Amino acid sequence: MSEAAPVIDVRDLTKSFGGKTVINNLSLRIMPGEIYGFLGPNGSGKTTFIRMLCGLLRPDSGSGVCLGFDILKQAEKIKPLVGYMAQRFSLYEDLSVRENLNFMARVYRLRNVRSQVAECIERMGMARFAGQLAGTLSGGWKQRLALAACLLHRPRLLLLDEPTAGVDPKARRDFWDDIYNLAAQGVTSLISTHYMDEAERCHRLAYLAYGNLLAAGTAEEVISASGLKTWSVSGDDVHLLTPQLKSLAGAEQVVPFGNTLHVSGHDPELLAASLRPLMNGKYHWRQIDANLEEVFISLMQQRGEQ
Amino acid sequence: MVAVDFFSFKRFSAIVGKEFVQMRRDRVTLAMMIGIPILQMIIFGFAINSNPKHLPTVILAADHSVFSRTIIAAMQNSEYFQVVKTVADEEEADRLIEDGEVQFVLDIPQQFSRRLVRGEKPALLLTADATDPAATSNALAAFRIIAEQALARDLAGPLRYLRRHDAPLEVILHRRFNPEAITQYNIVPGLMGVVLTMTLVIITALAITRERERGTMENLLSTPVKPMEVMIGKIIPYIIVGYVQMGVILLAGRFLFGVPLIGSLSLLLAASLLFIAANLGVGLTFSTLARNQLQAVQMAFFFFLPSILLSGFMFPFRGMPVWAQRVGEVLPLTHYLRIVRGILLKGNSFEQILPHLWPIMVFLAVALTIGLKRYRGTLD
Repeated sequence: MSEAAPVIDVRDLTKSFGGKTVINNLSLRIMPGEIYGFLGPNGSGKTTFIRMLCGLLRPDSGSGVCLGFDILKQAEKIKPLVGYMAQRFSLYEDLSVRENLNFMARVYRLRNVRSQVAECIERMGMARFAGQLAGTLSGGWKQRLALAACLLHRPRLLLLDEPTAGVDPKARRDFWDDIYNLAAQGVTSLISTHYMDEAERCHRLAYLAYGNLLAAGTAEEVISASGLKTWSVSGDDVHLLTPQLKSLAGAEQVVPFGNTLHVSGHDPELLAASLRPLMNGKYHWRQIDANLEEVFISLMQQRGEQ
Repeated sequence: MVAVDFFSFKRFSAIVGKEFVQMRRDRVTLAMMIGIPILQMIIFGFAINSNPKHLPTVILAADHSVFSRTIIAAMQNSEYFQVVKTVADEEEADRLIEDGEVQFVLDIPQQFSRRLVRGEKPALLLTADATDPAATSNALAAFRIIAEQALARDLAGPLRYLRRHDAPLEVILHRRFNPEAITQYNIVPGLMGVVLTMTLVIITALAITRERERGTMENLLSTPVKPMEVMIGKIIPYIIVGYVQMGVILLAGRFLFGVPLIGSLSLLLAASLLFIAANLGVGLTFSTLARNQLQAVQMAFFFFLPSILLSGFMFPFRGMPVWAQRVGEVLPLTHYLRIVRGILLKGNSFEQILPHLWPIMVFLAVALTIGLKRYRGTLD
């Protein structure tokens, strides 16, 4: 078990819709028990990639293995082992929580459907909603039901497409607790998200833009590989500086964080030289590590300029 | 490791169970399924007419004389009748009319001409398949005059004296299967087919489109469920709905309009299964073709219109031009109407409806094949 086989190992995956390339030669490898974050702007191909992994879409070219099966030829063998949670709530709104779970349990041919579903409802803390129609649940509980539904058959791989979009912080924390517990049991998760705090919770992450993989690795690796340097400025009325900072040579991003501004650029000397005249004591200046958001935005800007 | 499996009863029954719950939830649709048969019965239950010609007629001739030839020629000239066959055997003639192959049997009795010449006023018996009174009434009304006028020409010279009588022969009209020419006898059984076509095609046409539109298809496709399980699982609940509709119409037909049930009820129910399945097959195929629910409904109407107009429900089938009859022969409703009328009004047996069963079967097979081919196992 020293060198476990990757759960997902895809090479040069390409997919286009009507002549528009949505996934461009994507290669990715995810190891068992990993929580893998999938980031990128809207329309970057995250959903398409996840759908290709669980057999909902057929790649145009490339090859890949998921849980030991060929994603092109053995989708039917992959499906029973994967829990897929679509971006949009895709259970039946006119069925109750229990009916939805019963349905899913039977579709996956579980034994003791009744007790498995009862246990699942209990474990997910949904007992008081069991008889309620899914369509009447709040966003957070809908997500929780969807997660419950895709965990019922104890999949080895979770493919979660923006599972926490529009969900409150408490529900998000509960969700992540579940994911960590599952990871401890060896369940691998691929999670797409727009939230930076969630990205930082992932063991590793990948950044996708316009179908291209722009960065991959741990959060630290991604940040250091970007070569982005950031200065933090704080003080009263610091936001008054924003227009001026934006016009400086070498300042690629100026982002407010409360009473602080982050100024980032790829050329540290040029940036420092540009900022020096402003360091006159009125504000507090400090050099810090770039954060993931700055790195991603900068990756996207670079990509957009090309 | 999971073994390769093609069909699981458990998964399939999961679909069936789920469909039932959803059917129950959708109160409006459920009300529509019961309401439509009643509404249509009231609207269509009264008067639909036409004047069909060239109706196939068989001559049961026991007398071959110049007079019988004259009458037959005059019938042809009237355009109401088209003599397709001459038989010598009464059973053969009976079979032809029971199977619906001919609309009329003209029985020219033995010694017809001899008795005519003797002035004995012999009888001519015209038997009609009066299942659809609209299809036969005009021809029946015309026949007496046709026969008398035709003979009038022949009764010249030495036979002229026969023309003194009010009529040289007697015409007996026999309306079989619907002696009182009650239009409802024809319309109500027909309605059964029409209502089944309309509601079942529309409802199943929406079935998969709805999953697609609501996004639930994405979830369904990510599970190990097989296309066949989804298709059949979606059909079964609506077959039961179809039978409920049939029950409503049969009961209403019986107690509101007094429509008889001469043949076997179980044969009717069995034959209807095929027809219901054929309609659901079309609906599901539309469902896989349509991009949204509106399109699905439109497709259903596209199928429904020719079905209602060309099947012989709205207008007597034999009154339609040949091209329309050809199109009509493809539609399951055309054959189902013959089956229902055959069983209810004529007491047709299994052997007698068989020629109308297999075209429905072929239709079902084609519809399901297209549907399964078009059912996209992916979201592409």
